[in-house]
Amino acid sequence: MANSPADKLAQATPPGIANRVRGLSDRAIAWIFVGPSIFLLLAVNIFPLIWTINLSFTNFKANRNREVDYIGLRNYERILTDEDTWITMQATAHFLISTIVIQVLIGFTLAYLINKKFKGNDLWTTIIVLPMMLSPAVVGNFWTFLYQPQIGLFNYIVAFFSGVDPSSFSMIGEVALAPWAIVIVDTWMWTPFVMLICLAGLRSIPDSIYEAAECDRASKWRQFWTITIPMVLPFLMLAVLFRGIENFKMFDLVVQLTGGGPGSTTELTSINLKREAFEKWRTGYASAYAVILFVTVFGLASIYVKALNKVKER
Amino acid sequence: MSSYSVTEPSLRQKWMAGILVILYAVITILPLLWIIATGFKSPADAIAYPPKVVFEPTLEGYVNLFTTRTRVTEETLAELGPPTTWYDRIVRQYDMIIAGPSRYGERFLNSIIIGFGSTFLCIILGTAAAYAFSRFRVPLKDDLLFFILSTRMMPPIAVAIPIFLMFRTLGLNDTHAGMILLYTAVNLSLSVWLLKGFIDEIPVEYEEAALIDGYTRFQAFYKVVLPQAATGIASTAIFCLIFAWNEYAFAVLLTSGTAQTAPPFIPTIIGVGGQDWPAVAAGATLFLVPVMVFTILLRKHLLRGITFGAVRK
Repeated sequence: MANSPADKLAQATPPGIANRVRGLSDRAIAWIFVGPSIFLLLAVNIFPLIWTINLSFTNFKANRNREVDYIGLRNYERILTDEDTWITMQATAHFLISTIVIQVLIGFTLAYLINKKFKGNDLWTTIIVLPMMLSPAVVGNFWTFLYQPQIGLFNYIVAFFSGVDPSSFSMIGEVALAPWAIVIVDTWMWTPFVMLICLAGLRSIPDSIYEAAECDRASKWRQFWTITIPMVLPFLMLAVLFRGIENFKMFDLVVQLTGGGPGSTTELTSINLKREAFEKWRTGYASAYAVILFVTVFGLASIYVKALNKVKER
Repeated sequence: MSSYSVTEPSLRQKWMAGILVILYAVITILPLLWIIATGFKSPADAIAYPPKVVFEPTLEGYVNLFTTRTRVTEETLAELGPPTTWYDRIVRQYDMIIAGPSRYGERFLNSIIIGFGSTFLCIILGTAAAYAFSRFRVPLKDDLLFFILSTRMMPPIAVAIPIFLMFRTLGLNDTHAGMILLYTAVNLSLSVWLLKGFIDEIPVEYEEAALIDGYTRFQAFYKVVLPQAATGIASTAIFCLIFAWNEYAFAVLLTSGTAQTAPPFIPTIIGVGGQDWPAVAAGATLFLVPVMVFTILLRKHLLRGITFGAVRK
């Protein structure tokens, strides 16, 4: 017990003050303050994770009351050799890469423009931020209405500017368009997130650097590539990390928009997992799937954070 | 020194930037305005081609949202006599009568109870933990903080399987208490990280002075630190509330009746022959507008929460 975090907490308080403090000791207070949070996180996050790992080696089905057998790594083997898994992974990769690329481009451009400090930029920034504060499920559901062929506002506007018939295409009904339908809504919702982080990055650059560059007669173009971009890069990478993790977990928006369809063109990993776990009730199989996903996201995030720290050190 | 600065953009640049940003903002807000407008349309106007920008506003969507209706024969309708209220009049146009209230009110109330309940718990636990992390030097602190952050990386569906089984065993499925606990745990990482940032900024000297004056640690915490951190606590609370308010994945898997919140309910609003879009839009409007108003009013304090405390202002 002597090596518990709370003990170390208590030992760290300067003795001069600790001696004079009345009431509960610092050690007790540290326990009382940190304990409940850690306990709750253990109960709702770590315990379930361990349970999932355990279930992943079984053939358990949560809707049946039958004997549970340990079947070793067979669930993992089945998932990794199943062609559907790879189709799902491809859909997820397409979604991840296209949303990140588009959102970084638009987000950075918007931040760069807002940083020109035109009159009223505060108000317009707030309006751009609005979608990301809203419930993705409720908004996603309404977007299916905007995407209706013929009557939908989206189709109407596209038709108005391009001249094609608004009833000739269905964003969520066609195999070729559906992956882009979810990218468009995600971009609409989450570009402001990238924008805000970039804006914080741009505002953190001291004016004096540009003034020095000006004295050295560096062109605006050169200043942009040698000052602005490198200084914003750590912020931009952080935004990519957050967006990457969030979109890897993506569920609510896409479930409401396409439900994974048509076919399985937009069936992202979370949707596929939900289907296995709560529709087919293959609990053991789904648990193995969940473990694979968690290892993937944790592994990718760790590698990425290492890269991020390298950039920051420069 | 002249007022000329190399970093101040020219007037022409400001105009260009302003026009482009406003154009993007208008595109962004269009779907939201469309939701609000659709809520006030009649079903026929909502699905008109070309989409109607000018229309005669009606409260039909809102009446349909809050009631269930049944179709009756013309004789029964005649027996009932003329409609007595404005909402009766709207429903009778379609040869229908109001059969009772819909479930929207309950679901909305559930969202409020679960949202505020979990935010309250989250702030209490989060403030305490953040204070301890901020004020005591710990060798393991970074690991614990990273552990807290990492709980957010898991896809909700991945943890949902054992949580579903756990709740089923404990009888917490579809209960307010279960959802409040779950959302508290989900938001705790955000709350600890944000609050730690805010408490870090309060000078330690204040408390040390209080301790020397004979306050206990507890007293120093709630008489000196808490008042100083009030703004930070408030903006963290708004964030926890918005996250809990918007959450869908756990809600759809773990609740179905008594404790179901609004997000899984709104998409299930069905009218005669498909989705009743004005009613859906009305439901969405009532659900989304409070968040929009909060965002606009509190925009100055929100940046930090959005970026998970990673970016300090």
